[in-house]
Amino acid sequence: MSAARPLEPWRWLGVPMLQALVATVLFGIPLRVAGLQLPEPVFPMILAFAWAVIRPSILAPFGVLTMGLFLDIFWGGPLGLWAVCLLIAYGLALSARSIMAGQGRLVLWAWYGLATASAMVAGYLFAMLDSKSTPGLIPMAWQFLATIVLYPFAQRLIDLFEDADVRFR
Amino acid sequence: MSLRDNPLGELKVPLTWAGAVALVVAAVVAIAVLISDRRETFKAEAYGATRRASDTVLAPVGDVLAAPGRWTGAGIDTIRDYFFAGSENRELKAQLKEMRQWRDVAIALRDENERYRTILGLKTDPPIPMVAARIVSDSRGPFADTRLANAGTERGVKAGNPVMSENGLVGRVIGVTDGASRVLLLTDIASRTPVMIDRTNARAILTGDGGPNPRLDYLRGRDPIREGDRVLTSGDGGVLPRGLPVGTAVKGLDGRWRVVLASDRAAIDFVRILLFQDFTQVVNVKALNEMPTPPPTPGRGPAPVAVPKAPAPPASAAAKAPSPAAPPAKPEAAKATPTDGAAKPKGVALKPAVTKPPADPAETPEASAPNADRPPAVRPATTTGGTKPRPSTTKPPAAPTPAKPRPKPSAEPPHP
Repeated sequence: MSAARPLEPWRWLGVPMLQALVATVLFGIPLRVAGLQLPEPVFPMILAFAWAVIRPSILAPFGVLTMGLFLDIFWGGPLGLWAVCLLIAYGLALSARSIMAGQGRLVLWAWYGLATASAMVAGYLFAMLDSKSTPGLIPMAWQFLATIVLYPFAQRLIDLFEDADVRFR
Repeated sequence: MSLRDNPLGELKVPLTWAGAVALVVAAVVAIAVLISDRRETFKAEAYGATRRASDTVLAPVGDVLAAPGRWTGAGIDTIRDYFFAGSENRELKAQLKEMRQWRDVAIALRDENERYRTILGLKTDPPIPMVAARIVSDSRGPFADTRLANAGTERGVKAGNPVMSENGLVGRVIGVTDGASRVLLLTDIASRTPVMIDRTNARAILTGDGGPNPRLDYLRGRDPIREGDRVLTSGDGGVLPRGLPVGTAVKGLDGRWRVVLASDRAAIDFVRILLFQDFTQVVNVKALNEMPTPPPTPGRGPAPVAVPKAPAPPASAAAKAPSPAAPPAKPEAAKATPTDGAAKPKGVALKPAVTKPPADPAETPEASAPNADRPPAVRPATTTGGTKPRPSTTKPPAAPTPAKPRPKPSAEPPHP
């Protein structure tokens, strides 16, 4: 009867958030193999999308905000940049939630790509305003690709928790 | 009671609205934080207590997490050394043979340079102290390229210090705390580095864009650069010392000149943080600006007259000469700098030591250190360039020795 219980925030917010932050730290290790560095995907993007699809929540936006601030501090970028970008992706997914309902995996993947792209375009504009210089498009494309291949993790989270709360069926 | 009758069962719509309100509040907070951020400023306080605290925590964590990678790399290197020792030995012997020839050339050039410096009275670069550090975390995204090094305030690191690997310049310190420093890489979008092309001395600003090859902006001069030109720091602005290797110029796919960074030749695991301080950083600007202009000496002639007398060596005959001071000034100046016939009064000779530093930080540390301790009376001579009468400068400095004649504007080599 676990499905009949209200969804505990730590299960769908706390634990995934911790996992995303640990993955971010692990991928921040200065490791170079055969002249190549590790990719740098935006792990919290998985949660920003999945949380919006799973259900509306009061805690989720602040979770996204926390992850964004952590990214900015850990990566040493302008404080608030990724927080704003992730919230834009979250807001887009939340506003399109009713459209995405019942869609297949590939369509959701496309929506995930759209949310990621909107976040990165926002990041591009904010970074351009902040530093008065245009970021390179190639590194942006690499990070975009490295992030959208992570969609299966978002799908798994959605499958786990979308029907977990009877009030949101 | 069924679920539909339960008041909690009707929470769907209110919670959606509450979620939207929470999103707006979070977005406002994020935007406020973004607007108030001052990461790129040089001021140490702009780095913020939050960043300092997080760096203090993240540095040891990153160090521990990076340890397996370091050990694995060291193990692979050991195995490689074992199997390739013979071929590496042959290669190193060939390099050593070539280097010996270069060593002889370098010694000859160093000797020649020292003689020229002595003759011209140039102020040479003092050795820059440095500390070694290990990189413990790395970010490589399009909007932030920074690294965390495990040396901080306890070892004298300050914001603005240049950071080098064994191959070339890596970046500069933008934030420092106890045990950790945040290094802004040359590739970061906020990074601006004054550089010069080694072959032509053309100046440019190296601008990061998040990619591996930062671009060269504001290139000046006609045909200033070619493919393969070496790019060095110019030292302009006093942020970095002059002459640090940066990389090699290449033409990018977008048609702009870019730089293949020298530091990218190998993994950046250990770095050297140069504890460099420029004249503009160490000088007391306030005291310099508040320096009172000394009153003119009654009965004295124009400015150049008084000054040549100041460094007059024990040659008392020249000092006691009743004739106007201007005529003997030239012979004395000529004595002090035997190579230059077009000598100017020595009051002007002090000028380059001060007017130069902003343009050439290589000379500044040495120039600034004595200036900071000098009595105020001598300073105006350096700031005003000898255009005003300065009776206070008649205080004779240390007797000029042949080894270190006073610099003269005419003897100053043109600034590249």
